[in-house]
Amino acid sequence: MGKRISQALRAGARGLLASVAALAGSLTLFVLTVLSIAFVPLGVGLLTTPAAVAAVRRHANRRRVWAAEWAGVRVAEAYRPLPADVRRGLAGQVRRTAHLLRDPATWRDLRWLLVDASAGTVSAMLAPALFAYGVQGFVLAAGLWAAFRQDPYWYAFVPVSGPATGLLAAALGAVLLGAGVRYAPDVLRGHFLLTRSLLDPGRDEELARRVERLTRTRHDAVDASAGELRRIERDLHDGAQARLVAVGMDLGVVEALIEKDPARAKELIGQARRSSADALNELRDLVRGIHPPVLAERGLGDAVRALALRMPVATEVSVDLPGRAQAPVESAAYFTVSEALANAVKHAGAGRVRIDLWHSGGVLRATVTDDGRGGARIGNGSGLSGLERRLGTFDGVLAVSSPAGGPTVVTMEIPCELS
Amino acid sequence: MRVVLAEDLFLLRDGLVRMLEAYDFEIVAAVESGPELTRALAESEPDVAVVDVRLPPSHTDEGLQCALAARRARPGLPVLVLSQHVEQLYARELLADGDGGVGYLLKDRVFDADQFVDAVRRVAGGGTAMDPQVIQQLLSRRSQDSTVGLLTPREREVMELMAQGRSNAAIAGQLVVTERAVAKHTSNIFAKLGLPVSDDDNRRVLAVLAYLDHGRPQPH
Repeated sequence: MGKRISQALRAGARGLLASVAALAGSLTLFVLTVLSIAFVPLGVGLLTTPAAVAAVRRHANRRRVWAAEWAGVRVAEAYRPLPADVRRGLAGQVRRTAHLLRDPATWRDLRWLLVDASAGTVSAMLAPALFAYGVQGFVLAAGLWAAFRQDPYWYAFVPVSGPATGLLAAALGAVLLGAGVRYAPDVLRGHFLLTRSLLDPGRDEELARRVERLTRTRHDAVDASAGELRRIERDLHDGAQARLVAVGMDLGVVEALIEKDPARAKELIGQARRSSADALNELRDLVRGIHPPVLAERGLGDAVRALALRMPVATEVSVDLPGRAQAPVESAAYFTVSEALANAVKHAGAGRVRIDLWHSGGVLRATVTDDGRGGARIGNGSGLSGLERRLGTFDGVLAVSSPAGGPTVVTMEIPCELS
Repeated sequence: MRVVLAEDLFLLRDGLVRMLEAYDFEIVAAVESGPELTRALAESEPDVAVVDVRLPPSHTDEGLQCALAARRARPGLPVLVLSQHVEQLYARELLADGDGGVGYLLKDRVFDADQFVDAVRRVAGGGTAMDPQVIQQLLSRRSQDSTVGLLTPREREVMELMAQGRSNAAIAGQLVVTERAVAKHTSNIFAKLGLPVSDDDNRRVLAVLAYLDHGRPQPH
């Protein structure tokens, strides 16, 4: 019972907070944003609109967090990512504004602000109001009725004008408080359901975004594999293939020389053997770059352990994988870890690295933590951005946390099942 | 000397059979898959097994697993594992039981028949044959190790060859020095690394390998 009451009271307090945010925040932001957009043709709006829309999104995202934490209502977020190459200055500002105005989420947010400032405020107020109004009934009974001797005060449907009607008010107040304790969390949930009905992008748009994402990642995947094949072709052509040609030539000369000049022939045989050894070494490196043999033989866990053993710095590995993922997923995960390790040593100057690899809730996760100097990011041209695209093919994501001075944590997630 | 050979590629298997026969080994079985290898190892009690890491039917590290299982069943069974690539991880697993009689070489090493055959004989005799690449990887991981830094360049060379499993005589031959000089380097190395001195060649090799792998003397 005590727990129930405290839950209900908390819901009341949260409702009060939400209603303040809805009335003050949403109304202000609605006015500002509408004005800002209205001033776009005059030029001023170009400067203010991106800021206003960003503020609206922060405001909406805070409500999303509240909805999830306070009422378990998930409100999806569907803002289109800003194009990566927006410049500074006026031209960039125009592009940014145009991008924001073309995003249906901007207009959906505006509609939500308007409703939130009105119906949203009221719905958020309901929970605290149940308590406040209930308490007022008791206050009336406790003596406030005396102030209304001549002119009865309507407490809901009770005209309070004396101790008897005051008691009646207290009875009604008790009913209201009881209802508050029983229903306040549900009432608050109602407010967030209203929020969701307006803020959530809905199924159609979600599907549209999914299609957009799939198109992009498929494009990336095709691009990446074509690039990879080109690289392999070039490596074979300039490496092993050329060496084998040399071996063949040497052996041809040996054939001609073997009787006339056995000493020279023997020397050439040695050379041919060295060339074939070099060719093998190059093929081995190439194979390691395509699909590391340990990965094929042992799976991701041992492949990462073997990788750690090749590291010039102290590397700790912890693996918790009850099975094997599909080969392409394993490969993408392996190369992500490998790149993160290479970065840790090459750029961060790390002295210690830790790799964690585990599978839970249908997601394969890996983190690579180093004690280097930090400052890493997924940027244009970095190896990590290539990997991000590679992971994208599997709906995987990559995140880098790397404050200046370290530590750097690279996190990778790929939804997949283990077999 | 009786050899069981497991290699799935016909060309390589055939070549190995011919090479080993040319050096007076007796090939009691030349098989091409994991299950066949397990059977051959159990039935023919060879002096040494030469095994490719990757074998059918699974085409994973089946050869290595068969070899490890056979060594568990018959501790000290000499096994020389061949692979297209070497991994410290596998070397560590092969050395883990500390029984000796283990080899782990790149397939390229068959190019030099004399050295390869020497490695097979060494393993069959209970010694060790580690691929130079394994040793180099181990050493590069120890490059920041201050103790390894105390070694002179010559001592490092000697240690590299010793870790591969070479005898003092072989090391002396390769470095073109006397065996006495090698013995002196060896005792210096053991003193600097704080490893217990041992007359048993193979114990010595295993101690150095363990040191390189873990960075401190291992109790044995």
